[in-house]
Amino acid sequence: MSVTLETACELDPRVSLRPERFGALAYHFGNRKLVFLQNPDVVAVVQDLSRHSTLADTLTALGVHPDRWPSFVAAVDSLHSSEIVRVR
Amino acid sequence: MSASNLVAQLKQGLDAPICLTWEITYACNLQCVHCLSSSGRRDPRELSTAQAKAVLDELRDLQVFYINVGGGEPMIRQDFFEILEHAEHNKIGVKFSTNGTYIDATSARRLASMNYLDIQISLDGIDSATNDAVRGIGSFAVAMRAMDHLRDANFGAFKISVVVTRHNANQLEEFKTLADTYGAQLRITRLRPSGRGIDSWSDLHPTQAQQRQIYDWLAAHGESVLTGDSFFHLNALGPALPGLNMCGAGRVVCLIDPIGDVYACPFVIHDQFKAGSIFDWGGFTNVWRNSELFESLRQPDSVGACVSCGNYDSCQGGCMAAKFFTGLPLDGPDPECVLGHGEELLRSAAVVIIPKPAIDHSRGVRLNLPQPISVR
Repeated sequence: MSVTLETACELDPRVSLRPERFGALAYHFGNRKLVFLQNPDVVAVVQDLSRHSTLADTLTALGVHPDRWPSFVAAVDSLHSSEIVRVR
Repeated sequence: MSASNLVAQLKQGLDAPICLTWEITYACNLQCVHCLSSSGRRDPRELSTAQAKAVLDELRDLQVFYINVGGGEPMIRQDFFEILEHAEHNKIGVKFSTNGTYIDATSARRLASMNYLDIQISLDGIDSATNDAVRGIGSFAVAMRAMDHLRDANFGAFKISVVVTRHNANQLEEFKTLADTYGAQLRITRLRPSGRGIDSWSDLHPTQAQQRQIYDWLAAHGESVLTGDSFFHLNALGPALPGLNMCGAGRVVCLIDPIGDVYACPFVIHDQFKAGSIFDWGGFTNVWRNSELFESLRQPDSVGACVSCGNYDSCQGGCMAAKFFTGLPLDGPDPECVLGHGEELLRSAAVVIIPKPAIDHSRGVRLNLPQPISVR
């Protein structure tokens, strides 16, 4: 399935997220994948996913302008494909 | 941010390594002719269990994701499992390399019960004739027995780790089949002229024709074969192979050796690439963040003699260790430059001075080789 604005998701508990100057590094201890998150706003969204009932709510809470929402949906969807983010 | 911007950022270094290699002992029961750390005898200064655990605590605080544990033969340490369990407790992933000697049915079951653990069984030939010529008589059978134990203990997908040489470069497909048979993953890495490899490299490194084969084979197999990003010097042959295509030494990776010295990478155990010691003021963290050596490695690359070639963006001038231990300038071509610039430079140089490794723990006599390996 792909992630939409209505999806409830969270950082996979097997993932360690390490903040970096360019954004963050995410390492998945299950599949051993290393993922580079290169946009600090996306990092903030990922860290906040579990606190809100949908992705849209997270974006609203973080004050992301709706014009930018499609790119965030795409980013979280790609993180879902690489198992960094999971649907809850 | 584009991929090249990311690489530019990584080249400036991170506050902590993504991963690092930690060689926990120089002791080894084998005497492989290409051993990168010239291992054999235990060093009396080897870190104690308490010191080793303190290293792991510091790496936990730095949020280092995983460590590559090697040696020597890491399982030779009496406290091997204690160290492993402390890493697991600290949520640090461990990938350890072993020749398999100490993996029996019992230890295989214990290893299979652990989390965050990857095992790399070193194998440098698809048969005992090829493997044992480099790793010593009986080492092929030992590695195969270890793999059987891991399979029987349901360890899961362990790794078969191959250093590609002139003698096994034509066996890549067979290695892949062997790995598939065990439900294992194949990992192939580049031979460097480091440690005892200084003496054996010229006999063992792949030919130019084989480098092309390796490139084509890797290009065809994509990310199903692990390489530790070690073949980026081949990228001048065509589209880039999977990976970051950069040297990570002192930028995103480094080496802690068995006595706590910190080097830029596992292949440069030499004073020139020693950044400090974990026992220095500020510990490993300060060495990583502030050592003069690592700061210099994070400066923009010097393209040097490669500037006239036009392929530097592809191959990045190759591997620092390979250049250093063949006597080539660090801002010149790699000795295995696929366009032959390295070979040409080595041929035409009036004098080539090969540096000696900082420390050598080889045993006095090298035993158990089926045939003599000529020394340059």
